[in-house]
Amino acid sequence: MDLRFTPDELAFRDEVRAFIRDNLPADTRERMRLGYSPRKQDVVGWQRILNKRGWAALSWPKEWGGPGWTAVQRMIFIEENQAAPAPELLSFNITMLGPVLVQFGTEEQKRRFLPRAANLDDWWCQGFSEPGAGSDLAALKTAAKRVGDHYVVNGSKIWTSTAHNADWCFVLVRTNPAAAKRQEGISFLLVDMKTPGITVRPIISIDGAHHLNEVFFDDVKVPVEMRVHEENRGWDVAKFLLGNERTGIARLGKSRERVAAAKEAARQVRFNGKPLIEDAAFRQRVAQMEVDMKALQITQYRVVSAGARKTDGRPDPLSSVLKVKGTELLQSTTELAMDAAGPMAMPIWAQELAELANEPDLLSEAAEQATGSYLFLRAASIYGGTNEIQKNILSKAVLRL
Amino acid sequence: MDFDLSEDQRLLADSVTRLLADRYGFEARKGFLKQPVGWSAEMWARYAELGLLGVPFAEEHGGFSGGPVEVMLVMQEFGRALALEPYLATVVLGGTALRLAGSAAQQAAILPAVAEGRLKLAFAHGERDARYDLSDVQTTAKRADGGWVLDGAKSVVLHGDSADRLVVSARIRGTREDPDGIGLFLVDAHADGLARRGYAMRDGTRAAELSLTDVAVVDSDVLGDPGSAFSVIERVVEAGIAAMGAEAVGAMEAMQSLTLEYSRTREQFGKPIGTNQVVQHRLSEMLMALEQGRSMAMLATISVEEPDPAERARSISMAKVGYGQAARFVSQQAIQLHGGIGMTEEYAVGHYFRRAMVIEHTFGDTAHHLARLAAQVQ
Repeated sequence: MDLRFTPDELAFRDEVRAFIRDNLPADTRERMRLGYSPRKQDVVGWQRILNKRGWAALSWPKEWGGPGWTAVQRMIFIEENQAAPAPELLSFNITMLGPVLVQFGTEEQKRRFLPRAANLDDWWCQGFSEPGAGSDLAALKTAAKRVGDHYVVNGSKIWTSTAHNADWCFVLVRTNPAAAKRQEGISFLLVDMKTPGITVRPIISIDGAHHLNEVFFDDVKVPVEMRVHEENRGWDVAKFLLGNERTGIARLGKSRERVAAAKEAARQVRFNGKPLIEDAAFRQRVAQMEVDMKALQITQYRVVSAGARKTDGRPDPLSSVLKVKGTELLQSTTELAMDAAGPMAMPIWAQELAELANEPDLLSEAAEQATGSYLFLRAASIYGGTNEIQKNILSKAVLRL
Repeated sequence: MDFDLSEDQRLLADSVTRLLADRYGFEARKGFLKQPVGWSAEMWARYAELGLLGVPFAEEHGGFSGGPVEVMLVMQEFGRALALEPYLATVVLGGTALRLAGSAAQQAAILPAVAEGRLKLAFAHGERDARYDLSDVQTTAKRADGGWVLDGAKSVVLHGDSADRLVVSARIRGTREDPDGIGLFLVDAHADGLARRGYAMRDGTRAAELSLTDVAVVDSDVLGDPGSAFSVIERVVEAGIAAMGAEAVGAMEAMQSLTLEYSRTREQFGKPIGTNQVVQHRLSEMLMALEQGRSMAMLATISVEEPDPAERARSISMAKVGYGQAARFVSQQAIQLHGGIGMTEEYAVGHYFRRAMVIEHTFGDTAHHLARLAAQVQ
């Protein structure tokens, strides 16, 4: 038993770190450092740089552009990339669609979509949730009726992250409303967002930003060859997608980055006559988070290392532990960063105030973004299967209750 | 990174599991608790036969040449069985002090006797006013013709009442909290001037208060260089924290499985309580805490031999906080989900609860280690 990285793994980590340091565009780096969400061009630009290096299609087979890494190497890469902080690879393309097409796609679908997904020539989004189907995904109602060589899709999806940036969407639709079990009447379609009949409506979240959307389908024609896997077997695809390797689900690198940002702010602001970083209560909170990060890191090693040896292809239910503990930690680290900002956590237009004062005020800019992260990451325990659903999974799959 | 056990390690764990499953049921344990010493001499002999008492000692000392991982495997099983014997005190604490600071002659005289089950040790370091500060030693050692004379008092010495020889810390120079100037001395349990008052702790394990009045120690019973034993004391405590972490994991596993079983069989409102989502979620939270606690106990085990002292101390403190908080959560929820029966002396869960509580308060509680970590935030 040895929890340390091997010399090879350490060398790999250094290689990743050096590559990110030398190749992450300066303006992207600066925005990320201040806590801004990356813009579309930041995400696209960085993923293309990584793809050119052969580092984008993380868990895909080599023949489709994967780097041929071990699970441990993927974990190291993801953590380093999050902690840099650099924009994350677009998960819709890399951890969701890619493995699905590799597993279930036709040769034509693979050739057409995989290289473009790796290079972010197509930005994908995920059309799963509906107003009446959140945690209970199988309740989805969006209908696809077969008419000749097309499906005609009607209905709506909600909480569709980045749909406003997207070129394509993978969508779960109901193809057989009469199926005995509701899971048996669902199919998985690839939909071009430029198809007539699609309307994207923004949903502004509590951070005041536009991440989320509603997507409406009104007689949208989708060619039959855009169906992945058999008709009415889309639930298999969805289960595969949701249970697929979830390295990075703990988002440990992001938590590390938030704690570092909080400490950086705490060195600059004062509290009771001395820098906040010297306050005992603040230090205690940081120490507790460092303990929690360490525990999560080792648990993640254990899950990744067990996963590397599993042969049944089924997800490790312990990845639900990573999801719950990882998002709890992420939320508490964003709280810490926001609290470190004190009163500067409140203004929305800190940047404008700074401009009025005619001097760059990076501290209040970072404070504004710290609050933004805090607000938006309340979603972390909701998306990807709420933490309550994760506990249901643990109850059923591990505890057998 | 590697979480695999070797074949030898697996065999070791299996042999301990089998022995305890056969002979250390909850009813048998109640009998051991009633023994005058508070544990089973017969089991101690069995441990010796199996080679458990020499796990971390060199083969030349009758040992198994194991390391922290082997100790972890044994302690995890002891935690599951709530073993009462002075293994931590003798093999882990006393044994580590001898291994790190003992001369070849001292090791040859003591370690084989420990491995054979003929000699029990205790680590007499803590004092009433020191709380968890390892450098706070007021017991004194003064030079006297051809040796040393010890005076002072030691508090909550684990299994100090049944030890044959005690590793006693005492200050030869310096002020009260100075890490420099502390020595370790081997004191015979029947030495003149040593008074021991043994008692049971909340979990049934034994400890003792010691008072030392003009206790004479010959030079050949000084461990290492008198006056610079502090780093050895730290390492003994670190080894203890790692071993107790494994024990806490074993105890948490037992509490988790008792509670799971209970929630499947206990019926209320016409159905097993485990069919209620609120109970299922609580058990899932216990599982998560157990797994996080297990990760931290592993960290402690691996860190025992970390060469950099600062890094080692930091990892050990993180581990103690992590597994201590996990054990507190799991044990509190275990009682809660059992309801009234969990409160009774007759039922096992309350005994695990108390072991977890004692472990948390041994060698620095959560607040102590968190404060140590907080002091290092930068």
